[in-house]
Amino acid sequence: MPVELRGARVEFGGGLFGGPRKAALVGVDLALPAEEPRIIAVVGESGSGKTTLTRLLLGLLRPTAGSALWRGRELSSLGGEDWRAYRREVQAVFQDPFGSFNPVYRVDRMLVLPALTFGLARDEQEARALATTAPAAVGLRPADTLGRFPHQLSGGQRQRLMVARAVMLRPRVLVADEPVSMVDASLRAAILESLWQLTREAGLSLVYITHDLATAYAIADEILVMRHGEVVERGDAVAVIRRPSHPYTRELIAALPPPDPTVDWGLEKAEE
Amino acid sequence: MSRHALSVRSLTVEFATARGQARAVDEVSFDLVPGERLGLVGESGSGKTTTALSLLRLIRPPGRIVGGEIRIAGADVLAASPEELRRMRAARIALVPQGAMSALNPVLTCGAQFEDLFAAHGERGGAARIAALLASVGLEPQVAGFFPHQLSGGMKQRVCIALAVALRPSVIVADEPTSALDVIVQRQVLRTLVKAQKEAGAAIVMVGHDMGLMAQFAHRIGVMYAGRLVEIAPVRDIFADPRHPYTRALIESLPDLERRGEFRGLSGLPPSLLDLPPGCAFAPRCPRVVERCRVERPGPTLLAGGREARCHFAAEPVHAG
Ligand SMILES: Nc1ncnc2c1ncn2[C@@H]1O[C@H](COP(=O)(O)OP(=O)(O)OP(=O)(O)O)[C@@H](O)[C@H]1O
Ligand SMILES: Nc1ncnc2c1ncn2[C@@H]1O[C@H](COP(=O)(O)OP(=O)(O)O)[C@@H](O)[C@H]1O
Ligand code: SF4
Ligand SMILES: [Mg+2]
Ligand SMILES: [Mg+2]
Repeated sequence: MPVELRGARVEFGGGLFGGPRKAALVGVDLALPAEEPRIIAVVGESGSGKTTLTRLLLGLLRPTAGSALWRGRELSSLGGEDWRAYRREVQAVFQDPFGSFNPVYRVDRMLVLPALTFGLARDEQEARALATTAPAAVGLRPADTLGRFPHQLSGGQRQRLMVARAVMLRPRVLVADEPVSMVDASLRAAILESLWQLTREAGLSLVYITHDLATAYAIADEILVMRHGEVVERGDAVAVIRRPSHPYTRELIAALPPPDPTVDWGLEKAEE
Repeated sequence: MSRHALSVRSLTVEFATARGQARAVDEVSFDLVPGERLGLVGESGSGKTTTALSLLRLIRPPGRIVGGEIRIAGADVLAASPEELRRMRAARIALVPQGAMSALNPVLTCGAQFEDLFAAHGERGGAARIAALLASVGLEPQVAGFFPHQLSGGMKQRVCIALAVALRPSVIVADEPTSALDVIVQRQVLRTLVKAQKEAGAAIVMVGHDMGLMAQFAHRIGVMYAGRLVEIAPVRDIFADPRHPYTRALIESLPDLERRGEFRGLSGLPPSLLDLPPGCAFAPRCPRVVERCRVERPGPTLLAGGREARCHFAAEPVHAG
């Protein structure tokens, strides 16, 4: 198992000034098999713990109880070389494209630097060459994006650059938190398709965190439904969507807006 | 007085870049009547946010509105003095920005943000007025005493909506107000927006990516591609009989729970704004392109029912690709 969570629990608060402790994640198990690539989608409402789960998988947060493992070893015990290997193997795309960029640097730096630090390129020139080919995979033209500052890009363009950067590093595992929430349906399909192909061709495993059930269903092998920090339902994607067993999963499915203006979604009704 | 809540004529916006002028919005025109909800959709980077921000004259350098006319209930936005503009914003036209949740001031309670708004427009606030506004978006009066970080994403979004309708504007501009929310909260927030809009009698321009959501929310849909409004029509017509091939592609690539593992995205890249193809900007990706498209830029074709599309073949339905 490259990456695994076992009975992971995360609590916030407490401490000296923290107020009451609050569990953001409770007893979560998740495993990406090493043998074959897999796409796991994690769906759930906002505040359900999806981003906390991402941070756990990336070693940015330690579980309060339970464990977060890479090749069977606690992430928190990894030293120097191993930590570097792990950081290359497991890449992330973070949720907020308005927060993940350093505003003072041009965006090419975001591609050139990791190409160098992760040893994909031997020198600046090679790194630049890599950086120039990366944006095309996500429907961006290098000439329109590289050389710009983050505020000169639209929301969706920033999101796509995050995906391009992660994919350029050829990771084994990609943890993507709402990677396509700001791009239109046709592009969303194109980006997800390229991620899906990477799992088939390059052996990439994907943890796809989203509140979009339809895209989760379209690409995932397995779906986990989260609520209040707990996994309330999990299983084969088709089974979860076709035969949901938890009432919350059913509620999520029922709340999807029908993509047909002649079907009433109850928008004009007073709030329940 | 015009009967339009909002009237936009030939709006054109450019950004100065190192490699030349990028025209992010190109001759966009549309009208809204009071109470109408327009959904603006389109490829990422197609100019939706730029259009939305222009309506409030919020474009910052190196961006500049280089041409066109914007009228809100008859009042000329582009000719307004800075003081007139300050009074127009919030009172006549209000914005719920992209990433609205980070738009609230983190060091002020929600109540104080309402008081600031009222004070800036010489109006009296008070606990009762604020409580009524919070109630209109389904929030308890106590929320006035909370700081933004004490609220969930959905609650923050509702506070943003309450602030937007506080001064009863004629037009509300909302840029992806729910793209960060799950479907259940999303529906609650949109119900809130619809209710608040009806109470204020406002028209809405909503920018979004989710065609499913737009199908439910919008009365009319405007589709943008490479800075141009390539189609605008009542929502039922857009879905039943799109006249621009890009609109059709958007609808066809909607994922649904019936078909699995099928991707029906558009291949190819949108054109660079610095290097637009000479004819139709969509030609390099268009399934029904012909030679004429590559040389002649399609103007707007007016169709029955107040529809409009910028395609040489807009008079005929687009067949399923
Ligand atoms: N400050 C700027 N300087 C230069 N170009 C800019 C600037 N801001 C936006 N642009 C460009 O203008 C075009 C339109 O941007 P806009 O933000 O309006 O897109 P959008 O349709 O809202 O996209 P999204 O759906 O991804 O948010 C894009 O090509 C973008 O890169
Ligand atoms: N640094 C933090 N301090 C305190 N509470 C937090 C922190 N990060 C997240 N939380 C809380 O943990 C819960 C789960 O948050 P998050 O993982 O961000 O949810 P999601 O990504 O599913 O929206 C929420 O109730 C949130 O308020
Ligand atoms: S004008 Fe030609 S290229 Fe453009 S959308 Fe119509 S058919 Fe396609
Ligand atoms: Mg999150
Ligand atoms: Mg935008």
